[in-house]
Amino acid sequence: MNKRLFVLIAGMVMAIVAPLSWAAGGQGPALAPAPVDVSDRLSLQRGVRLFANYCLSCHAADYMRYNRVARDLGLTDEQVLDNLVFTDAKVGDTMTVAMPMDQAGRWFGKAPPDLSVIARARGADWLYAYLRGFYLDPSRPMGVNNLYFKDVGMPHVLWELQGWQAAKFENVEDEHGHVTRVFKGFELVEPGSMTPKEYDRAVRDLTNYLVYMGEPGQLERAALGPWVLLFLVIFTALAYALKKEFWRDVH
Amino acid sequence: MKRLGGLIGWVDDRFPLLSLWNDHLAKYYAPKNFNFWYFFGSLALLVLVIQIVTGIWLTMNYKTSAELAFGSVEYIMRDVDYGWLIRYMHSTGASLFFVVVYLHMFRGLLYGSYRKPRELIWIVGMLIYVALMAEAFLGYLLPWGQMSFWGAQVIISLFGAIPVVGEPLAEWIRGDFVVSDATLNRFVAFHVIALPLALLGLVAAHILALHEVGSNNPDGIEIKRHKGADGVPLDGIPFHPYYTVKDLFGVGVFLIVFFAIVFYAPTMNGWFLEANNFIPADPLTTPEHIVPLWYFTPFYAILRAVPDKLFGVLLMGGAIMVLFLMPWLDRGRVKSIRYRGPIYKTALAIFVISFVALGYLGTQPASGVYVTLARLFSVLYFAFFLLMPWYSAIDSTKPVPDRVTH
Repeated sequence: MNKRLFVLIAGMVMAIVAPLSWAAGGQGPALAPAPVDVSDRLSLQRGVRLFANYCLSCHAADYMRYNRVARDLGLTDEQVLDNLVFTDAKVGDTMTVAMPMDQAGRWFGKAPPDLSVIARARGADWLYAYLRGFYLDPSRPMGVNNLYFKDVGMPHVLWELQGWQAAKFENVEDEHGHVTRVFKGFELVEPGSMTPKEYDRAVRDLTNYLVYMGEPGQLERAALGPWVLLFLVIFTALAYALKKEFWRDVH
Repeated sequence: MKRLGGLIGWVDDRFPLLSLWNDHLAKYYAPKNFNFWYFFGSLALLVLVIQIVTGIWLTMNYKTSAELAFGSVEYIMRDVDYGWLIRYMHSTGASLFFVVVYLHMFRGLLYGSYRKPRELIWIVGMLIYVALMAEAFLGYLLPWGQMSFWGAQVIISLFGAIPVVGEPLAEWIRGDFVVSDATLNRFVAFHVIALPLALLGLVAAHILALHEVGSNNPDGIEIKRHKGADGVPLDGIPFHPYYTVKDLFGVGVFLIVFFAIVFYAPTMNGWFLEANNFIPADPLTTPEHIVPLWYFTPFYAILRAVPDKLFGVLLMGGAIMVLFLMPWLDRGRVKSIRYRGPIYKTALAIFVISFVALGYLGTQPASGVYVTLARLFSVLYFAFFLLMPWYSAIDSTKPVPDRVTH
């Protein structure tokens, strides 16, 4: 009896803990955990600035409103309008782009996807790796390739900050004689305006913002959770006491 | 108080209020030895209510259109007050509905709750399970993400495996050559109206049939065989207040788990909400792995274990249909696992392991060792049922007590 219960529970725990293989792209080396923290408001403020300056000219965020960003990140509507809005959008509008998407599809091979929920689709770890994974590849139309997104259509828009890096590959032969091309690290060919450490922090801020934008309600969710659970624990304790009282005459 | 009594009397003269209350709660005598496994019936009812109530509020803000559906879900998540809470309660409720129902069904297997005279309760319960699977499948199309689209595409195309009428049938179900706006519209109609109605009717029938013959219990014996002078079973206690307060405690524990997921892990690392479903449906891009949600994966694994498509579909359907036959497959002399011999206990353990293993394999790519394992566990799954008439009859048993034990 107890053994069967154990098997069942162990199975359920295994099912929850086992990571899902189809969660993200699956190209390139294993992903390191991205050091994101959506409660870090300053990081989110730096992130949204990078997002507005570098991403929002091609990628839209059709489900994200400017004034929601203001409210959640502790900014005023004026600050958002002055620093983040470069179009004639009003503060209550969503983050759309003026670029016609059918033309964009022709320029880049694929229309730039909407980024509202990209962090939920791709995961923070992948985004953090991807934004640091561009390397020079003259065979590509934009002159760059990406370690985590093979033959990506997107140019390296953050090159001013990061500079240009080359990827080193080595051909490795395993015991069966199969030759595989193994990534052996990046090499900075031309430095950008940021040091590698500063660039990592900038990408971390941008990823952090994308994670926040994927679910703005997550801040509210974390704040409400403890109160609901506290109520339920008290409720359950009272229900248990009530049950014991009623069942006294059965036992 | 006197006024209230007067009102109840007035209503009772015109509607069977008191007799309904007595027949199903205050004078419905349930065995006094219910254990942990007996919480899941009332919990299933609770989740049904949660799904209906949150579903009503979601419907108020959801747009039934291939063009707008994905965006309207994000609108619910962002702009609707507490929309995220309602949506996560609905998505968590869907998965926990299956957790609760699977545990409830497993209880039936443990204690022989499907045996005479409860065959109809089991069959109606199985119909509820099938309706629930349909409801979950239909609802999964509504967010209109990649997995919504391609999951529906794969499952509907299974009908295409039927000879001659298959392709026209699949097209008739979709209302189009591919999953499209027409498909979404009819799925919404079935998800929001047709199947909830069917579910409510079936649940009512399930409970009425149960209260007609009385509940089974962990000893698998009939409490109605020993009645006191007043006609009340000696081992029975009124459902209300004894089991209403006990179930209230179960509800509390369940809601703690439920809301811990809603607030702290609503996607359950991809098991309750898949990452790929945050990419809008794109008929031109097929995802690398198309995987149904966890509650379907055991059957999906059986489907993919068979090289022939038609035979795979038949076997997948058979895996569900064979459960309907439980009351007649089981030839054991006792009902409860407590008094069964080692053969049945081993068979049930193998069945549980097979079901969980198939569930895991259904999430993995259908290649190499995964397929071999899926075939092995599919055979074990069916062996549990098809060999049951033989092994349950020859199994040794322990003496069954006359009265319920504690």
